[in-house]
Amino acid sequence: MDFDKTNDKDMQISIGPQHPALKEPTSFSLALRGEKIEAIQVKIGYNHRGIEKGCESRTYIQDMYLLERICGICSHAHSTAYVQAVETIAGLQVPRRALYLRVLIGELERIHSHLLWLGVAGHEIGFDTLLMYTWRDREAIMDLLAELTGNRVNYGINTIGGVRRDLTKEEGERIVKIIDHLAEQTKYYIQLAQEEVTLIQRLSGVGKLPREDALRLGAVGPTARASSITFDVRKDDPYAAYGELDFKAVSADQADVYGRTIVRLGELMEAYSLIKQVVKNLPDGPIAVRAPRKIPAGEALSRYEAPRGEDVHYVKSNGTENPERVKVRAPTLANTQAIAKMLEDRYLADLPIVVAAIDPCFSCTDRAIEVEGRGLMSWEKLRRYSIDWYRAQGVDFRNVKRVI
Amino acid sequence: MAKKFFIRPGAMIALVLKTLFQKPATVDYPNKPLPMPEHFRGKLDFMPEKCIGCLLCMKDCPTDAIEIKKLGDKKFEMDIDLGKCIYCGQCVDSCLKKALAITPNFELAQFSHDKLRVVFNAAGSPDGTDQKA
Repeated sequence: MDFDKTNDKDMQISIGPQHPALKEPTSFSLALRGEKIEAIQVKIGYNHRGIEKGCESRTYIQDMYLLERICGICSHAHSTAYVQAVETIAGLQVPRRALYLRVLIGELERIHSHLLWLGVAGHEIGFDTLLMYTWRDREAIMDLLAELTGNRVNYGINTIGGVRRDLTKEEGERIVKIIDHLAEQTKYYIQLAQEEVTLIQRLSGVGKLPREDALRLGAVGPTARASSITFDVRKDDPYAAYGELDFKAVSADQADVYGRTIVRLGELMEAYSLIKQVVKNLPDGPIAVRAPRKIPAGEALSRYEAPRGEDVHYVKSNGTENPERVKVRAPTLANTQAIAKMLEDRYLADLPIVVAAIDPCFSCTDRAIEVEGRGLMSWEKLRRYSIDWYRAQGVDFRNVKRVI
Repeated sequence: MAKKFFIRPGAMIALVLKTLFQKPATVDYPNKPLPMPEHFRGKLDFMPEKCIGCLLCMKDCPTDAIEIKKLGDKKFEMDIDLGKCIYCGQCVDSCLKKALAITPNFELAQFSHDKLRVVFNAAGSPDGTDQKA
């Protein structure tokens, strides 16, 4: 854009890194002409937590819990992707019952994530009634997860070689009862999305991402599927028990925020059907096999269809109890690229809903941080730099007892 | 399609009005108790008489929250920092002798960090710093 400082209509504004509309730190630099967005720059990297490096100094079992905490919403996605990679290297035959239980928890997680998103999307467009209703329904799933796994978030159901908790027959019956109720509610939301005039008018045509652009920018998950790309890891590269279950990858051709809403609502219905199939066809047998503490040398890449899209974990082992390298690519990193395209020629007021529509999880995304103008740093140099930086802020680590 | 948009403006109104007369979906916590499910992962419990001092729990703890101390012959005590504990329950899984158990007690907030350190002594009962719900 030809930025003209003398023109009253031209403005450059920064949103973030701390901003009330987004609950996580990320920064947008916008060039505006009037209310129209002319150019946008997204900057991530405010929440780098050094998780990958942390994994190298912990054992495989400890890493499972660390990686599970990458995301509070799709925690099962990260822990499953990681254990799948480790199991592949170790050559473990995970029992079928365990694979089915992983699908069960994975789909319950997808339901709670999508219901949460529907509420947030409603909130961003001023439809708070929808937020209240979907979050009320989501609570049933949270309670169910607490009952089945022992916690509302960070379920800790996975272990290397299987799962940690079994499912009783009574629990299975309870799940079906709750799922039936939620299916009724979701049918109502789908009807609402097809009929409610304010919702359709507000979301249609907003955040357009044509199919070619979605492919070029590497969008994943519901963001890509709403642009008629029927890619779903569960279908295209089945893991756990998805190969044996009947479901379809929901897609839409609207290529806008409305399409993303339709896709997520459709995925809710598929998740209900998947859960019922799992409860009905749950195989008998053990839920875990014994895993060695030392994983033989090797490497593996594992893919998982998280609620937000494809989650990729890469693990490299060297025959010890600690992995040599763990690499995580969270789905939001793939979708962040598309934000600038979606906001082309849109108005400033569309920013919150367009950003919310990729269901961003910026804290999960940050795997690297750029210290501007310093080039590549060795581990020792980086460590020294961080100690000096904190000392300049008044925090001295020399007196702090070392904690792991 | 465009015509269909205007069929039901305010499609949610029926549900909104119905909900007005229903009881709240929320619980009046902490004025009313909020029981957790039976297998909820809350505070740990330690049975010193079963402990053999293998230290597997210490080794597997992701946050280094547990410390097992040897007091004498086959006598051990556990020092746990509830502020560090992430309530994953891995130590319970790792324990070969079932000396560790998990309780659904989740009301563990304290005003001082010191009070989050709990020592389960060899006599089998937690000392005075333990907070029973």
